[in-house]
Amino acid sequence: MSQARLSPGVVPGRLTPEQMAANFVDVAPPLDRHEAHVAADRCYFCHDAPCITACPTSIDIPLFIRQIATDTPDAAAMTIFHANILGGMCARVCPTENLCEGACVRETAEGKPVQIGALQRYATDGLMAQEGHPFTRAEATGKRIAVVGAGPAGLSAAHRLAAKGHDVTIFEARPKPGGLNEYGIASYKAVDGFAQAEVDWLLGIGGITIKNDHALGRQITLESLQADYDAVFLGMGLGGVNALRAAGEDRQHVTDAVSFIRDLRQATDLVTLPVGRDVVVIGGGMTAVDAAVQAKLLGAENVTIVYRRGQDRMGASRHEQDHATASGVRLICNAAPVAIHGNGAVAEIEFCYTASSPDGLTMTEDRFRLKADQVFRAIGQTLDGTPEAIALEGGKIAVSGPGRTSIEGVWAGGDCTAGGDDLTVTAVAQGRDAAEDIDAHLTGRPVSIPG
Amino acid sequence: MADLRSNFIGIKSPNPFWLASAPPTDKEYNVRRAFQAGWGGVVWKTLGSEGPPVVNVNGPRYGVIHGADRRVLGINNIELITDRPLEVNLREIKSVKRDYPDRALIISLMVPCDEDSWRDILTKIEDTGADGVELNFGCPHGMAERGMGAAVGQVPEYIEMVTRWVKKHSRMPCIVKLTPNITDVTKPAEAAKRGGADAVSLINTINSITSVDLDLFAPQPTIDGKGSHGGYCGPAVKPIALNMVAEIARNPATAGIPISGIGGVTTWRDAAEFMALGAGNVQVCTAAMTYGFKVVQEMISGLHDYLDSHDMEMSDLIGRATPNVTDWQHLNLNYVTKAVIDQDACISCGRCYAACEDTSHQAIAMKPGRVFEVIEEECVACNLCVDVCPVEDCITMRELDIGEMDKRTGIPRGEYANWTTHPNNPMAARAAE
Repeated sequence: MSQARLSPGVVPGRLTPEQMAANFVDVAPPLDRHEAHVAADRCYFCHDAPCITACPTSIDIPLFIRQIATDTPDAAAMTIFHANILGGMCARVCPTENLCEGACVRETAEGKPVQIGALQRYATDGLMAQEGHPFTRAEATGKRIAVVGAGPAGLSAAHRLAAKGHDVTIFEARPKPGGLNEYGIASYKAVDGFAQAEVDWLLGIGGITIKNDHALGRQITLESLQADYDAVFLGMGLGGVNALRAAGEDRQHVTDAVSFIRDLRQATDLVTLPVGRDVVVIGGGMTAVDAAVQAKLLGAENVTIVYRRGQDRMGASRHEQDHATASGVRLICNAAPVAIHGNGAVAEIEFCYTASSPDGLTMTEDRFRLKADQVFRAIGQTLDGTPEAIALEGGKIAVSGPGRTSIEGVWAGGDCTAGGDDLTVTAVAQGRDAAEDIDAHLTGRPVSIPG
Repeated sequence: MADLRSNFIGIKSPNPFWLASAPPTDKEYNVRRAFQAGWGGVVWKTLGSEGPPVVNVNGPRYGVIHGADRRVLGINNIELITDRPLEVNLREIKSVKRDYPDRALIISLMVPCDEDSWRDILTKIEDTGADGVELNFGCPHGMAERGMGAAVGQVPEYIEMVTRWVKKHSRMPCIVKLTPNITDVTKPAEAAKRGGADAVSLINTINSITSVDLDLFAPQPTIDGKGSHGGYCGPAVKPIALNMVAEIARNPATAGIPISGIGGVTTWRDAAEFMALGAGNVQVCTAAMTYGFKVVQEMISGLHDYLDSHDMEMSDLIGRATPNVTDWQHLNLNYVTKAVIDQDACISCGRCYAACEDTSHQAIAMKPGRVFEVIEEECVACNLCVDVCPVEDCITMRELDIGEMDKRTGIPRGEYANWTTHPNNPMAARAAE
């Protein structure tokens, strides 16, 4: 073991480049053709299949699996992409055990669902690796649509709108498109620059221009977009992060998990990325797990996720929780942070155990401290920088039907809207459906929403 | 433990599982391995006349039909009879039989359709020690083009004639192997019996094209861009073989003739089914070609288990189902059943619903929460839901009691009655007048 591994504080290079590379390989390697056929043979081709119902984008899963089984994986990919143009990323990041695979009748029968996610990746990877783009655009309508945010919702909306013959401009606040796919998920879920490759592939349809470094409220305003475009779609996600509201939160090395994940995803050399020896992640969602596991993979000695409610209430799926514990991350549930101690930098974090009652969560007198030289907040994100004119609901943009906001001509979808579940696949569905509604609104054509 | 020792037309073997005349039985090496693995008998791959042996193609000779996960459901072949010199085969047969006197060793024969050719080959095999001969009147490809194999088996008169020659020139037990590539298998079986055959074996392989290469536009197996029909075998042909075995077993003209059952026997259960329909033993090929000779061990243990659990001897099994094979017109039209879905076993796949709703009688309701229920008023008891359900015994057929109301027809279940007396049968109506 190298000495760097045990260095105190937040330091880079805890592991050798070789160890680092081995740690960050594809967490779920792709199926080869034989594996895919074996997996596909297990699908029962259910009537009105529960997996389709469970998919936010309503992909016709039995059909695409049958297409794989009959050795037409490109047709399978098209079945997927017609419903979900980001089917490649969703195959990697969807919590399938809570969605399609959780609903699979094979889960009922044998406790082993058909590997729908892996099969989806098999089909989509195959088609995306080919030259060109499989969709062609309808005749140009002359309509121009502004999309705010090049994340899953915005990209999905943009592709659907472009396919229908509209010209789309996406305004993206960050230097690169992709949204959380590019900045917000664990590296090992989308290796080899898949997020950018997917965006490039998606743009292959034509008719979509992306303007990076254009944030709503700074470089652009909703009013200007409304004036310059025939319709506006807002899919800017959640820019803010919730505070812990614990004493000492301003100490050094207490940061947002999303920033840590972002920096990790953008790092050209993981060995240069600093990480603590004793890392504590506060939260219970996917972001908490992604941050904790990656901290461990960077060489942190002790990584603990602390969640204020019971394990069954964690936002991270059971599969994700298991992945965390299998990676050496410790889970502590029913504990909330009360104070962060340290002299300048964080040294310890103090928790109190919680108890849930009909009135909500209450703090008990039972306290404990964890050694920590780095603390990540992963307790949810908030909408930030929304135009004042737009109606909100629970702090997010209120929508009705397929993403219609309170403002005529302005649609919204993805994490920035109320009522979603903060999943990539849900954002894709919302972007797609809003695009259909925009198209119907602008052209009078009927909407075609799967499912 | 049940006694699996078999005596088939005087040919004894330690169990009723023989390897059929086919590629696995072409050479001493293979046959010794088969006997070491436990096979009760072997029908040595077909010998031809003395002289230059036949030649085989030098490209692929097998085509295949796969089920899920590449499970082999059927194989077809365009291999001919042995392509090794007669004297080599005879020497090897003698050597193997000497070392395995307790096993059955039958020689399959196919020579031109003249008495001299048959007399000649029978003389040559006389001192091999083999237990019997099987006349290959079934091979559907290649040899048939030369007037042998199925070309003989498709003409009952030829079968009778050749069988008679064989019985005249040999004291060996004679099994006539029948081709299924005919319209009525009882006719060649009757001819074999008239000719003096001691037994028939069936089925030989079925004329087939297993698949077409959609790039080459040629049948598979493809030889330099062309393909020829081959002989189909394996689990896929078992239903056809079972029917043909039953037809011979229940045909008054052939009833009682010993039958060696062939066609897709893969497990002990397949073997037991052939035997129940009247086969005295079974011959196997595709299962061995797919999994190797060791499969016989499961067949032996499985048949033991089955017989013991039913307190039966093999003789109790053989032919036990034959009397229950009848003509459609004798089936009880007052036998009424209804599908029943076990909700605890149901995994809610909805395949029964799709099958019934789209292709049958709209007798399954899909209720909220993916609950599937039989509508007895519509159920004709076709059994399709049972067949397509992926969960064994999840859907079963319940027999109505005599007198119990059939909700579909509104008529209580009556006593046995069949088509011959049914009022809708014009023949029955005339008979009643």
